[in-house]
Amino acid sequence: MHTSAKIRDRQAWMGVLARADRATLEQALEALDPAPTWTRLRAPETGMVMVRGRAGGDGAQFNLGEMTVTRCAVRLACGAIGHAYVAGRDQRKAELVAVLDALLQAGPHAASLRAGLIAAEAARQQARREDALRRAAATRVDFFSMVRMG
Amino acid sequence: MYVAVKGGERAIAASHAVLAEIRRGDPAVPVLAVEQIEQQLGHAVDRVMAEGALYDRTLAALAIKQAQGDLQEAAFLLRAYRTTLPRFCASLPIDTARMTIARRISATYKDLPGGQILGPTYDYTHRLLDAALLEDTPVPPAPRADEPADPAMPRVTALLDQEGLIRRESGDGDADPPDLTRDPIAFPAARPLRLQNLARGDEGFVLALGYSTQRGYGGTHPFVGEIRFGTVAVEITPEELGFAIEIGDIAVTECQTVNQFGGSRTEKPQFTRGYGLAFGHNERKAMGMALVDRALMSRELGEDVTAPAQDEEFVLSHSDNVEASGFVQHLKLPHYVDFQSELELIRRLRAEAEERAAGPTREAAE
Amino acid sequence: MTTLAPGFVDPPRGAQAAFRRLLEAMARPGTVTVLDAPPAPLPLAPAAGAIALTLCDADTPVWLDAALGAPEVTGWLRFHTGCRIVAAPEHAAFAFAADPAALPLDRLPAGSDEFPDRSATAVLQVAGLDEGVSLRLAGPGIDTEATLRARGLPPGFVAWRAANHARYPRGVDVILVAGVSLAALPRSTSVAEG
Repeated sequence: MHTSAKIRDRQAWMGVLARADRATLEQALEALDPAPTWTRLRAPETGMVMVRGRAGGDGAQFNLGEMTVTRCAVRLACGAIGHAYVAGRDQRKAELVAVLDALLQAGPHAASLRAGLIAAEAARQQARREDALRRAAATRVDFFSMVRMG
Repeated sequence: MYVAVKGGERAIAASHAVLAEIRRGDPAVPVLAVEQIEQQLGHAVDRVMAEGALYDRTLAALAIKQAQGDLQEAAFLLRAYRTTLPRFCASLPIDTARMTIARRISATYKDLPGGQILGPTYDYTHRLLDAALLEDTPVPPAPRADEPADPAMPRVTALLDQEGLIRRESGDGDADPPDLTRDPIAFPAARPLRLQNLARGDEGFVLALGYSTQRGYGGTHPFVGEIRFGTVAVEITPEELGFAIEIGDIAVTECQTVNQFGGSRTEKPQFTRGYGLAFGHNERKAMGMALVDRALMSRELGEDVTAPAQDEEFVLSHSDNVEASGFVQHLKLPHYVDFQSELELIRRLRAEAEERAAGPTREAAE
Repeated sequence: MTTLAPGFVDPPRGAQAAFRRLLEAMARPGTVTVLDAPPAPLPLAPAAGAIALTLCDADTPVWLDAALGAPEVTGWLRFHTGCRIVAAPEHAAFAFAADPAALPLDRLPAGSDEFPDRSATAVLQVAGLDEGVSLRLAGPGIDTEATLRARGLPPGFVAWRAANHARYPRGVDVILVAGVSLAALPRSTSVAEG
């Protein structure tokens, strides 16, 4: 199924927001002027997602086990609707993610949030991933390293 | 039959207080913080999440603190907590091929694409108790390579598949799997149910059964094709959005075993597979699970079912330690009336037996 | 999506309170109970909506009659409960009807002898409770006899109830709804006219 560029963008920022620290999201929201206002379409709610795996890694699906997740849906004063599904039980974080999702879709703050919060967080998350992969790479066995004798 | 125990309320309250006092231990010793457990007892957290069947590191750490380190009790706490949460949906199946690798090894191919990445493991430690850990010895940062590990690491099973020598995964890749937390398991059980059961099963039980297959109780000669440990993204497709989003990452351990199979009446000679997948970092569990997974395929492969690990009903009915613990420990509940009846019966049978024994001599005396 | 109405203000507490009331209504068949129900998208009655919010989720297939098939209703139900909406009453765990005559009660699952609980609950929206046809109720939870009045029951309801009752422990449970009020008729209750 072909997803549009707009949807891919939104998928990307929702993933970045879900992985960000709550404090970072609070700061980003506080920095906005005028401050956004919103109503809750669905109050933050903690529940579970059943994580699925595949037999053999690529075969039939099976239910591995559940994980906690918190969701929220908000409507901004301008009418834009934002959604959040965030791993864990942080209800405030889920609400912040939903608000930011709405702000990022359209409106006066969309561009600045994208260039600011999202770009910075995406880079930070990528750097953390790379550091983990660098740490792992240091433990790779080099079977053919030569040791100088004599 | 159970007898209502009255008058125990005060005793129970006192019991809770004793528990809390013992749990706290010596007040002069700093109290254990849940985040210390989460950070520094990661394997305990992993096991509790796996057997509690709920991935939430902080909750698992809290359960461990509350249970004073009794990991099965902690898993029970997580299971109970789980019943209070609604399930929103199921995730898309995690893609372990796109794992952010922390550790990846193979015992079948020495020089495989991506390499052998040892990662954090006790495998090469000498198992000598480390007195340095009695103090708060500073830990220097681990070295980083110049280049990150290659994120694209093909599966070992794919390498074997290129020669057509390994049994392909069968079954409908898209079908919604059954869920034993919703419908009780019935036998014969489909593979997705067996895997779900084993994934949340007791590590010791699964390990022992896996071990038994290596000692001749059924089983074939297994090789570890690959073990991977790292984090994978979890994706869901909320209906109100209509597209997939990532909600975060979880750590999982995956084990693929490759087993010799000489063929049967119905199948040609090929390598067969076993699969283990566990929350967190737990190779012992994932490996045991893969061995038992393979053993439970006997029926489908046309092999003779001779060993406990191949006995589906035996394995799957006894793997859940919350269930097992519940039923074993329920024996502590009052069985007073039951026992009284037993006592009466034994006394009566004894009396009758003694009377029968005395009978012939009495007659002779008369 | 722009016209999506909210559900319970406080979902866990709202659902708990509604569940408690529903439990009481089932335990004392025929008593009319009022639910603290949020507004529901028409023509779904608020009490029916509250029942859905409380009892329906991803594991309970829901059947809706034509009137309730409106996008505002199905969208609201799916958003707040995640329920699957089925076309065939045979697959339903819950069946909602704004027009009780439109619900083929005979086609709802009645459970099996081994699992009588694997049956459907029918939620029928009637024109009014405490008015209309008078029903005599007897059975568990009722001290000798009770009376329930309902206006707008489907034709043949009492005859269907008699056949349903005869299948006990199998059978379908019924909840009658009007506005924010409801009365429950579990399968164990015998229903006669008068």
